[in-house]
Amino acid sequence: MSYPSLLLQLAQNALVLLIAPLLLGWTSQCRAWMQNRSGAGVLQPYRNLNKLFHKDAVLAVNASALFRATPYILLACMWLAAALVPVLATGLPLSPAVDVIALVGIFALARVFISLAAMDIGTAFGSLGARREMLVGFLAEPALLMVLFTASTISGSTSLITIVETLAHKPFVLYPSMVFAAVAFIMVMLAENARIPVDNPATHLELTMIHEAMVLEYSARHLALVEWAGALKLLAYTTICIALFVPWGIAETGNWGALPLAVAALALKLAGAGAGLALLETLSAKMRIFRVPEFMGTAFLLAVLGLLTHFLLETAA
Amino acid sequence: MEILWVLLVPLFGGLLLAVFGTRRFAPELNSAASFCTLVAAAALASRVVAGGAFTAWDEQFFVDAFNVFLVALTAFVGFTTSLFSRPYMRIEQHHGKLTANMLRLYYSMYQLFSFTMLLALLTNNMGILWVAMEAATLTTVLLVSLYRTPASLEAAWKYFILCGVGIAQALFGTILLYFAAEKVLGAGGTALLWTHLNAVKTDIDPTVLSLAFVFLLVGYGTKVGLAPLHNWLPDAHAEGPTPVSAVLSGLLLNVALYAVVRSKVLVDGALGTRFAGDLMIGFGLLSVVMAAFFLSRQKDVKRMFAYSSIEHMGLMTFAFGMGGPVATFAALLHMTVHSLTKSAIFFAVGHAAQESGTQLMEGIRGLIKTSPTVGWGLALGTLAILGMPPFGVFTSEFMIITTAMHGYPWAMPFLLAALGVAFAAIFGRMQLMVFGETAGARLPHPPALLPVFAHLALVLMLGLYIPPYLAEWYRQAAALIG
Amino acid sequence: MNIPFSGQIINMCAALLLLIAFAMLSQRRILSLINLFALQGLILAVSTSVVAYSSHQVHLYYSAALTLLLKAVALPLILHRLIRKLNVKWDVETLFNIPTTMLAGLALVVFAFNLAAPISQMAGTITKSTLGIAMASVLLSFLMMITRSKAVPQVVGFLAMENGLFFAATSATYGMPMVVELGIALDVLVGMLILGIFFFQIRTAFDSLDLEHMEKLKED
Repeated sequence: MSYPSLLLQLAQNALVLLIAPLLLGWTSQCRAWMQNRSGAGVLQPYRNLNKLFHKDAVLAVNASALFRATPYILLACMWLAAALVPVLATGLPLSPAVDVIALVGIFALARVFISLAAMDIGTAFGSLGARREMLVGFLAEPALLMVLFTASTISGSTSLITIVETLAHKPFVLYPSMVFAAVAFIMVMLAENARIPVDNPATHLELTMIHEAMVLEYSARHLALVEWAGALKLLAYTTICIALFVPWGIAETGNWGALPLAVAALALKLAGAGAGLALLETLSAKMRIFRVPEFMGTAFLLAVLGLLTHFLLETAA
Repeated sequence: MEILWVLLVPLFGGLLLAVFGTRRFAPELNSAASFCTLVAAAALASRVVAGGAFTAWDEQFFVDAFNVFLVALTAFVGFTTSLFSRPYMRIEQHHGKLTANMLRLYYSMYQLFSFTMLLALLTNNMGILWVAMEAATLTTVLLVSLYRTPASLEAAWKYFILCGVGIAQALFGTILLYFAAEKVLGAGGTALLWTHLNAVKTDIDPTVLSLAFVFLLVGYGTKVGLAPLHNWLPDAHAEGPTPVSAVLSGLLLNVALYAVVRSKVLVDGALGTRFAGDLMIGFGLLSVVMAAFFLSRQKDVKRMFAYSSIEHMGLMTFAFGMGGPVATFAALLHMTVHSLTKSAIFFAVGHAAQESGTQLMEGIRGLIKTSPTVGWGLALGTLAILGMPPFGVFTSEFMIITTAMHGYPWAMPFLLAALGVAFAAIFGRMQLMVFGETAGARLPHPPALLPVFAHLALVLMLGLYIPPYLAEWYRQAAALIG
Repeated sequence: MNIPFSGQIINMCAALLLLIAFAMLSQRRILSLINLFALQGLILAVSTSVVAYSSHQVHLYYSAALTLLLKAVALPLILHRLIRKLNVKWDVETLFNIPTTMLAGLALVVFAFNLAAPISQMAGTITKSTLGIAMASVLLSFLMMITRSKAVPQVVGFLAMENGLFFAATSATYGMPMVVELGIALDVLVGMLILGIFFFQIRTAFDSLDLEHMEKLKED
């Protein structure tokens, strides 16, 4: 392991931690523009975090250690996930660990903790949110795995690094199965990040809320950590999406010259992804909670179809 | 040249009637067009009998003993039906069921329907065959919905959707056929020409062709009325005008079966197994049995005879499936006599229903008393279709059953039981309708019963004596089909 | 992977067609259904012209143009007009719930792929694998017709089925002879016009386009 690559790894880790709220802010800003509002500016999530960190935390009397520890675990999980994804370059010190199944595992770990924490206090909303989160999760995870398997069968490896290298650095090939995978992945991404049409991130006043119901009892620095973790999760999903479907521009192993280009490409792609997400959210209406299983079922089906299409269209040659 | 006349006369007849269909002479014009078609078809037939099979127009058309016999039959029944529909439609108009514009649609579509059937029979191109079959569906949809009553619209809708779906399967089969043939014949126009396909059939890939045949059989089989895709047939027969029921049963089903048999010839050659024949035997037998048991539960007279058509089409499919000179001969003969008899029955039934004012059998009583000719026509027609000697249906059914007894003894109980049930059901109902007390009124126009007795006389003749040139003709066709 | 680039585009179109077929199956709104149908026609035209380009078959350009005109423009316009005139913008009602239908659709896709696998092996065209997708689209449209109870979605299903067949014809065999294609196009157009007239008649007769009213002709 060389020092430059170690440095690059650390830089990438710091970068994802810092730009995660920016992506969230940019998405909200885009949404505001599309809805003819002026918006709060792209830096609003930072201001929010700052405000929350300066407040005094209030805890329920029966909150256990688990409740207090969860925000840290959450942040750690999401930071790890976001840092593992090859954002700028492949061939970094952490690269051998970037297995897609492990990634899904990290997300699942976070899900378990936040659900437990939500039930810890014993309020109705917390349990309700936890139950819904599990409902979404148990449908979203298989779909996500199917999407990743499709990508894995193309490149012959479950390592995200290999997948990116196959897709980005080999001669350009169109993969029809990736169309299905992409649609399925976007559906999973919307559900997992509590976006419209599955959940509404902008309010915690709806009876149908999922994510906001779970974190209702958190305040101050705990809430700040949870929100930061949420932003990191969005970033992680977006970068996975980029890595799987538009990986062009990510620097190859040891190719330092490509780094500036990689940074520029990343900025451009994230900006595009944020705008796209905002557009999706503007165009669709929130669906009834009972429709969510159907939505996720569709995502799963599409992912399976992608896999089938891969076997039919892409292995015959 | 004759081919051109056979096709152009009904096409122009249809266009002409679209313009003049509301005039008083429209029925006569319709009959005249059908008569010219018949003359052209007769000329074509005599040429084939004299000179054998030939192709025309860049091989786009093809005539051999098999299809020219069906062309002649189609033109003949088309002509007699046009004679029948002249008074029938006048009576319907008199009863206020039809307006002048509806009649124009009827006459125009009647000719176009004849055109599509003749095109389907004469074309050498399996793709055009499909196009013509689909066009035949479209014209008959308009004919079935002619009365615009809720029931007729429902029947037409069902007909359109079911046959549309069915015929789409046939298109897929045709595509697969082209796909397989293209390897042998090369891309371009000739790979769908039946004569070319027939010449190279042993070289075509058998896997694809057997799959293609399944799709073709299901697709065209829907139009033949084979169970379990027969649902449209009773509705379309019962709700459309009676002349349409007559040509549907008498002609369209034959043409669809023709398409199936043409495909079978190719598949048999390519596979060298009994795959296609066995499939047809299965579908045919299923249709015979299903139809017989549904038939015994009908209240509407036209529905009952529609189920009888399903039964007979099943029997023909069964016979073609068995193959061999005798069974195929019998199937061709059965095609002829069934067409003639069934259309004659529908003619009689049409007038009987007009007299009684209902198609329900419990409302039709004592036909012999009100109009003896209609009564006798129905009685004799029914006896003929039930396979009573000395009518021709007896001959063909007898031949089919004796062949089946040798080759497929396990099918005998099913066949005989089905024929027995059908016999009991139809015979009992016919007696009640023909004899007994009457409540009917006389018709405002004299019925045209010449077609009924002409058809029945022909069927009787075919039962007693098949002219040698006709027998030779059947034998040639049977040899072609194998 | 050594499929030429045009083959990749056709494969991509095939995948998109399958995606649209599924989208139609899951669609509840009738207007979106028609828009999806138009999109399907557009993709069909694109894939046909790509096949034409790569196989140098001039007559396929005509088919592509015909497809574009008929299926991506004319038929959707006719359907839109019909819907406006008939004032039927209601949601599509399904006979089975959508997840069940989708699962059945998935099973059909597996079935079609299996059926097409041996055929694809022997295909010589660059687009050999698309036959399975075409078959799957046909079966999915068939499923859609079965599961919808209203007249207009049934017809859209019928037309989508025809699209699938057309795709099979172009992708697997470089298109049928021109005469046949013209005939098929004519049949579809005439059928559509007849159905248009039919819709009005049905509505006059039943006061509705819901085919559940059409249950009088049952076996008794």
